Amino acid sequence: MADIQYLEGKQPHAKEHRLIFRNVDRVGWNPSIDKYLEEGGYNQLIKAVKMERAAITNEVKASGLRGRGGAGFPTGVKWTFIPPTNTKPVYLICNADESEPGTFKDRYILHQDPHQLIEGMAISSYAVGAKLAYIYVREEFPEAAKILERAIDEAHEKGFLGQGICGTDFELEIYVHRGAGAYICGEETGLIESLEGKRPYPRIKPPYFPAALGLWMSPTIVNNVESLCHVKHIMEMGGEAYAKLGTPRNTGTRILCVSGDVQKPGYFEVQVGKVTLGELINDMCGGLKPGRKLKAVIPGGSSAKVLRADETFKVKQGDEMVELKIEDIPMDFDTLAACGSMAGSGGVIIMDDSRSMAWVLNNINSFYAHESCGQCTPCREGSLWMKKITDRIVRGEGTPDDVDTLESVAYNIDGRTICAFGEACAWPTESFIAKFREELVGTTKAENRGKLANPESKLAAAGLD
Amino acid sequence: MTISPELDKKADEAISHSPAEHKRAASLPLLHLLQHEFGYVSEDSVKWVADKLGLEPINILELVTFYPGFRQSAPGKFHIRVCRTLSCAMAGSYELMESLCKATNIDRSNTTHHNPIAVSPDGKFSIEFAECLASCGTGPVCMVNDDFHESIKPAEAAKLVEDYRANA
Repeated sequence: MADIQYLEGKQPHAKEHRLIFRNVDRVGWNPSIDKYLEEGGYNQLIKAVKMERAAITNEVKASGLRGRGGAGFPTGVKWTFIPPTNTKPVYLICNADESEPGTFKDRYILHQDPHQLIEGMAISSYAVGAKLAYIYVREEFPEAAKILERAIDEAHEKGFLGQGICGTDFELEIYVHRGAGAYICGEETGLIESLEGKRPYPRIKPPYFPAALGLWMSPTIVNNVESLCHVKHIMEMGGEAYAKLGTPRNTGTRILCVSGDVQKPGYFEVQVGKVTLGELINDMCGGLKPGRKLKAVIPGGSSAKVLRADETFKVKQGDEMVELKIEDIPMDFDTLAACGSMAGSGGVIIMDDSRSMAWVLNNINSFYAHESCGQCTPCREGSLWMKKITDRIVRGEGTPDDVDTLESVAYNIDGRTICAFGEACAWPTESFIAKFREELVGTTKAENRGKLANPESKLAAAGLD
Repeated sequence: MTISPELDKKADEAISHSPAEHKRAASLPLLHLLQHEFGYVSEDSVKWVADKLGLEPINILELVTFYPGFRQSAPGKFHIRVCRTLSCAMAGSYELMESLCKATNIDRSNTTHHNPIAVSPDGKFSIEFAECLASCGTGPVCMVNDDFHESIKPAEAAKLVEDYRANA
C-alpha cells in the first residue's frame, strides 16, 4: 500500500491489513464512481456475471468468511440455505442498521466507499439469484442514505445495475430503505418485518429462517455491510487465497472499533486473530490514559460479556490448553468465545480503573430497556426491571439484595425469548455480576452509597438521563 | 394539511420500490417524507399514509408510536439528538446534554420515555437523548437535524448552539 497516501493523523497502523478500509481517509479519494473505476472498480462484478452462480458461492465458502454483523455465521453457508427447489423470487438485504453500542465501521464504508458495497451486493445478488435488493440503513445516517442513493444512480448510468448488467441477462435493482431508530431492526427477522412496513417484532426460528421464509415469505439473504464488501475481495483474491489471511476458521480481515478509556480510540482493520487485545490497546490505541490501569473490556459490542482485566482464560490453542492473560487474547471469533465472551460486531469498549461498574452496567441496561421491542414478556419486563434496579443502585438507594435480584431477573430472560435480544440484554448483567459482584454489592452498602467514581454517575443519579 | 404534487410524486416513487402487492413496505419511507415536510407526524399524516397504502390508520399509528425516529409533536427548528450510550457517556455526553440545555434554555424535567423531546421556550431548539449513534470512537457526538457533530466538548456546546442560532 506504499502508493496510497492517507490524511494526516489518519494513517493506518503498521499492524493493520486494509482491504475494506483501503480507501477510508485516503488523500484524493471521494465516493464517486469515477474514482472507484480508476482503480479497477466493478471488475469483479464483470468477472462474476460470466461465472456459474454456484461457483461464486463456492468461492465464498472456501474463503471461510464469517458474518461481520455479530453472530459470525459463515456467509457462504448461509447462502446455501435457500431451498434448491425454490420457485419464489429471492431477495438480498444489506443490513446497514449499525447500532450495536461500540461499533462504528459501517458508517465509514457507507460515507467513503459506497461503490465497494454496491459491487459486493451485485456479486452476492447474482450468486444467490436475487433481482431485487435493499440496503436497510439506520435513520440516524441521513448523509449515508444520500450518498448511497447517488452511488446507485451512478452505477445505473454505467450499466452495473438495472437490466442487462455488463452485457448479460442479469438484472438487479437496489433500493435504499431507511429505518427509524430502532436497535431491534439489526436483528435480521426484525429488519424484514420493518422493511415490510410493520413493527419490527422478530420472527421465531424455525420456521422463519430468512433464507427459506424471509421478506414476503420468500427466500432472503441478509448480510452485514462489511460482509458484503468482503465478497468483492474474495472474488478478487480467490476464496483460497483469502482464507490464508487471518487464522484457520477465523479467516480474512475485520474492522475492530475501539472506544472508551484509551489514548487514541479508532478503527483498525486487522487480520482476524493476528492481533491480541494487548496489542490493540497498547500499540494501536496508544495505551490507557496516564496513571490509569485497565479494569474491564467489552470485546464485541455491548451485548458481549465483559472481561475483567485480572482474570485468566483457559483456551485450546492447537492441541494444548493454554492459560491466557487478557492482553494475550487474539481477537478472533473462536478464542473470544472460549474466553466466555464473543467477537460480536467488533466493537471493543475499554474501561479503566476510574469507572464504576454499577454506573457502566446501568448505562447498558438503560440502552436495552429502551430498545426491547416488547414482544416477549421476559425481555420487555426484565430489561426494564434490570434498569430500575441498577438505577436505584446508582442513585445510592440500592440494598445488598439487589445484586441477587438483578442476577435472577437476567437468568430469567436469557433463553426465554424469540430472538437473541434476550441474551444480548441479559449477558451484560450476568457477566458484570459474575466478574464484579463484590464491587456491585459494595456500591449498595450504606456507607458507600452516593460515592460512585465518575462525575457522569452523579448526573445519571440526578435523573438527567 | 396540504400534500404538494411534488411530495405526492416522491411518495409514488417510494411505493414503486417494492412489488405492487407489497406496497405496505412504503410505510416507513412515506412517514419519513411527511415528517421531513411537516416536522412531525400528525394525525392527518397518519391517515394520509394509511389511505395512500390502502391500510387502516392503526397500521401506521402503531409504527409512529413504536419507532423512536418518528415524533408526534413539533420539535424546534433545530432538533438536537445527543448520544446517551456507553462510549459517549464515558466521553461526557451527560455533561454535553447539560451544557446544550443551558445554552438553549431547555428544561428537560418533564420528559418521559414516551415523550422524550423537550423544546426551548423560543421554539428554535429541541433536544433528546438518542441511543448509540455509531460513532463511539469520537464521542461525545450529537446530531442537529441531519448534521452530525463529533468530539464535542461540553464547553463547545454554547458555540454550537450560537452557530445555529445565527443561521436561523
